[in-house]
Amino acid sequence: MADFLVAAALFILAVTAIALFRILHSRIAAERMMAVQLLGTGGGAALLLLGAASGSSAIADVALLLALFAAFSCVAFALGAAVPTVRRDSQKERS
Amino acid sequence: MNGLADIVTVVLVTVGALLFLAGTLGLLRFPDTLSRLHAISKADNVGLGLIVVGLLPQATSLTGGLKPVCVWLLAQLSAATASQLLARTIYDDQVEP
Repeated sequence: MADFLVAAALFILAVTAIALFRILHSRIAAERMMAVQLLGTGGGAALLLLGAASGSSAIADVALLLALFAAFSCVAFALGAAVPTVRRDSQKERS
Repeated sequence: MNGLADIVTVVLVTVGALLFLAGTLGLLRFPDTLSRLHAISKADNVGLGLIVVGLLPQATSLTGGLKPVCVWLLAQLSAATASQLLARTIYDDQVEP
């Protein structure tokens, strides 16, 4: 059973790596940000599987952290990108 | 009893892994950024949910089972809000580059 879980974790990591390779090559900033979100869920799932396979429950905390960091980085990106639109709106009102 | 738990785990984890594959294929094939964002956030979350439910029979203690469920809940909530925020920034860039 443990080797099946490790195999599933490796499969998910391979699939996530392919997606990351594709995302990180794109020029659009928002798409590169999606790589972080993908790592949050894909990496978290692989970690949960490895944690269950190795029997240590500490790895589930690492998966929790990954999901948390993915959320915060996406919010930070959205906040950073939102600032210009505020200025743009004010310019529109003036013109 | 132990055999049943293993069977349940194998089936659910396999389907969860296939959903991750579907999310990645969706990401590679979809033409538009917004649809790619949709593909990875939806498919990965359901994949993570299935893997967490698949791992529940393997949990040794109560907290060992509750922790992956909390990870999945956090991933679910954070992915929903994060993809909405990302979609807003993508949409803003497309409408007025």
